[in-house]
Amino acid sequence: MTALVFRTLLSHWRRRPFQIVTLLLGLTVATALWSAVQAVNAEARASYAAAASRLGGDQLDSFTVQGANSFDQSAYIALRRAGWEVSPMVEGRIRRADTTLRIIGFDPLTAPPQMGTGATLDADELGGFFGPGGVAFAEPDLIARLDGVDLPELRAVDGTPPRTLLMDIGAAQRLLDLDGQLTRLVSVPTATGPDPSDVTGLAFTRTPPEQGNDINALTDSFHLNLTAFGVLSFVVGLFIVYSAIGLAFEQRKPMLRTLRACGVPLARLLWVMLAELAALALIAGLAGVALGYFVAAALLPDVAATLDGLYGANVDGTLAFRPGWWAAGLAISMLGALIAAADTLWRTVHLPLLAPAQPNAWLGAQRRAMRWQIMAASLFIALAILGAALANSLIAGFALIAALMLGAALALPTLLSFALRVGAARARGPVSQWVWADGRLQLSRLSLALMALLVALSANIGVGTMVSSFRETFTGWLDQRLASEIYLTARDEAQADAILTYVAPRTTAQLPIFSTDLRWQGQQVELFGVADHATYRDNWPLIAQGPAPWDQLRARTGVLVNEQLALREGISPGDRLSLPTPSGLWALEVAAIYSDYGNPRGQLMVNVAGLTERFPDVDRLRYALRLPPGQAPDLIADLTERFDLGPQQIIDQQAIKSLSLSIFERTFTVTAALNVLTLGVAALALFTAMLTLQLMRLPAVAPLWAMGLTRAQLARIEMGRTVLLALLTGVLAIPVGLALAWVLMTIINVQAFGWRLPIFLYPLDWLRLVLLALVAAALAAALPALRLARTPPGALLRVFADER
Amino acid sequence: MLVAKSVEKSFQTSNGPLPVLRGVDLSLKSGETLALTGESGSGKSTFLHLAAGLDTIDAGTITISGTDVGTLSDAGRAELRRSRLGLVFQQFNLIPSLSVADNLAFQARLAGRLDPAWQVEITERLGLADLGARWPEQLSGGQQQRVAVGRTLAARPDLILADEPTGNLDEATGDQVLDLMLSLVAQSGAALLMVTHSDRLAARLDRRVHLRLGQLA
Ligand SMILES: Nc1ncnc2c1ncn2[C@@H]1O[C@H](COP(=O)(O)OP(=O)(O)OP(=O)(O)O)[C@@H](O)[C@H]1O
Ligand SMILES: [Mg+2]
Repeated sequence: MTALVFRTLLSHWRRRPFQIVTLLLGLTVATALWSAVQAVNAEARASYAAAASRLGGDQLDSFTVQGANSFDQSAYIALRRAGWEVSPMVEGRIRRADTTLRIIGFDPLTAPPQMGTGATLDADELGGFFGPGGVAFAEPDLIARLDGVDLPELRAVDGTPPRTLLMDIGAAQRLLDLDGQLTRLVSVPTATGPDPSDVTGLAFTRTPPEQGNDINALTDSFHLNLTAFGVLSFVVGLFIVYSAIGLAFEQRKPMLRTLRACGVPLARLLWVMLAELAALALIAGLAGVALGYFVAAALLPDVAATLDGLYGANVDGTLAFRPGWWAAGLAISMLGALIAAADTLWRTVHLPLLAPAQPNAWLGAQRRAMRWQIMAASLFIALAILGAALANSLIAGFALIAALMLGAALALPTLLSFALRVGAARARGPVSQWVWADGRLQLSRLSLALMALLVALSANIGVGTMVSSFRETFTGWLDQRLASEIYLTARDEAQADAILTYVAPRTTAQLPIFSTDLRWQGQQVELFGVADHATYRDNWPLIAQGPAPWDQLRARTGVLVNEQLALREGISPGDRLSLPTPSGLWALEVAAIYSDYGNPRGQLMVNVAGLTERFPDVDRLRYALRLPPGQAPDLIADLTERFDLGPQQIIDQQAIKSLSLSIFERTFTVTAALNVLTLGVAALALFTAMLTLQLMRLPAVAPLWAMGLTRAQLARIEMGRTVLLALLTGVLAIPVGLALAWVLMTIINVQAFGWRLPIFLYPLDWLRLVLLALVAAALAAALPALRLARTPPGALLRVFADER
Repeated sequence: MLVAKSVEKSFQTSNGPLPVLRGVDLSLKSGETLALTGESGSGKSTFLHLAAGLDTIDAGTITISGTDVGTLSDAGRAELRRSRLGLVFQQFNLIPSLSVADNLAFQARLAGRLDPAWQVEITERLGLADLGARWPEQLSGGQQQRVAVGRTLAARPDLILADEPTGNLDEATGDQVLDLMLSLVAQSGAALLMVTHSDRLAARLDRRVHLRLGQLA
């Protein structure tokens, strides 16, 4: 019996191949977009997890002694004896060959596996590592530069951080003149033991791994962004599956009734339908994963460039195929098919064995559904408003977006129905009255596809507004921020002096930009020293300031803070803060906050003379040169030639600007690609819904045909009405999209990147998008309308014959 | 074979409950044929649906071969329809995506009683031998009705419930289909309960009962 029922159910598809193609297409596209995003995410994560472990990513707790740069290693031995799983480290800087080298000494035997510096060295590499005379590891470039310098034997290891030597702790102690001394101890965050201060008599403090500004938080936000779009595309794809399955159900209803009247038990019927669904999901899942792989492969180079450019995360531009994707893709395809079919299965269970006596019963059902929808919509919109006031994390921000989109989508049918009622009230003449009234009946079938369109359009407007606003703000900011004509980085101080002397007659100003890394409030920040000059006073993009920020800076009593650090630490102008320096704490007043887009790290700016006084060891290599703008290219060519400068060493302001802009553009390329894909899928959903509708609508239009309207007229009416509904949806998508943009820019952006953006409005973009939606709707409606116009009179007549 | 005792059924409508059957008593022996007549809307189809377990009874009992239909579960009623009953509907209820031949064999296959020889005989006597490869929609109304009748007879049910099987046919075709049904029923030894409007057709069955105001007269 099962086989017979299965074959009978399947026979439906043989006679309606288009339907099964639509169904499989919808499910395939949904699965493909979903698994593409997953693949990109997984690949990127795997790549920079590897990169992060090379960098010795800050995943370990540190133990340092308060008020001392180093402590005796007997404290380490005491702690080990007391049961602490700690590992010793010595860190410091030395200067060799005019380069400041960061020395990291560690103990490979006790180093926790999370410490990338240890984990990435294999047994061979470790040979000869131990002991004071052992080898040190460095990146190949650095080794070439340090040729002939008095250092332990160097061995090249790719991925070692720049200008850093990794070596055994004993060798590091000798190199740094810290015999028998350690600078810190590290442990995994879960390590426990007796109070270290009691054990050693030293004032140990334990610092958790760096948080907030590390690479993971940023890349996570990017991936969350991608995932959100993946989910969105998947949902829009499910609309197609839903309407295809719904259509099949509608058409198979008589068959289901006959089967049951012939004695097929309901349970058996449901199982067979589930098996059918699983088979379809399997096919679509396999196709979807394969398609997703190609989409991912196309997206990945952009993603890699984005992550690399914006966050400095190094991602391979290539895609490895992971077997887990098959499983995940098939699972999501099954899940999607089940979600889309849940309604159909439920209706099968409750399908009355006898055809309903009241064909208009669904009218009441539609009204009930709308009441339910508008209640749910109000709830979601209320949640969204509440969330807008309270959201204070990335997850909350995305939950807010979900509530906003769901609320808007659920409210759509009611709003459209209202608009159609207004139209009907004003209509004159029987045909136009019918057009409006019939449109409302159509709504219940079209509303899902229109919801998909609304979601896609408002996502487009929201993300588009964010990108455009960002571009506008960013370009203006770059002009302010990169005011100098040339930025120069010398190889060493001798070269810097030589270049500055050489260019002096041709420049109007030479502005030093020295910087050092600083550990402050548990995080790594960059401290910049800049000169007091009109270049800054006139241009620097301040967003909040005290009375005389630049005077305060010149007096070495003021400090400028970048926006992301200020937001993170709750700093505003007038606050006092103190920075650790080699000669003790440096008390400063916050003179202003400046915007610093594209930079994940916290940044502080002080007067350059103050910086060199407090940090005498700082590299003096970077300078901004002011000169009459037209002369920059010549000077650059001249300097490059004369001093043999690499492309990284001398940079044209124009070049930086276009580089920065291109990095930024790439950030959103992926988002934009997904945006377009989502809109395309929405158009596909509308198209399949229209086809579905057209088949079911023959009974509705046949009487009008019989009463004297031509098929072509009817087709035009159908098409016009679809375009009208798309127009109304498009208009509604504008405020929803703007709300989305607001959430993205004032909540998501602040949480993810640390900066807030001013919103710029681009009504022309909306107009273009709404027109695009109209074209999509017209295209989606064209084929069904054409088919209606070509319906043979016989098919229309059969409607009367089959009337039950 | 079929025994109905004080069967009651009413429908919920917007104007309150509408009583359709108000105590119907009826019995039908194996091999017997019975015509059920009555005005349009009198509840003939309703009674047939109750007997087939397609709808639930309000009060009273209907037993088929000693089994009370009302006490059966949904699966039990499906089993009953599959193994003992044959339904012929006013609208033929063919499966549109199966060929005529597959439609004809469908119920017999489902019941696990496919008898190729019997199948061939029925197909020929119903004049459907040349139509096996067509789709149902490519048949005329009379042809479709014959397929529906053939589908039921091919499964050799104990009891055939037929709801105006000739309602859509002209007189001559109707007579032809009824002739076939009666002779095949006689041959297979099944009982037949047939709803009809036509006195002329009703007269050709063993007995006839008339439904009026919810009761048999
Ligand atoms: N599901 C239902 N809900 C409400 N009323 C119903 C339902 N099904 C049938 N009725 C009503 O019950 C009454 C009997 O219907 P039934 O179909 O049994 O009549 P019938 O005798 O078969 O008529 P006809 O000869 O026209 O086929 C009718 O008045 C009908 O309107
Ligand atoms: Mg009837």
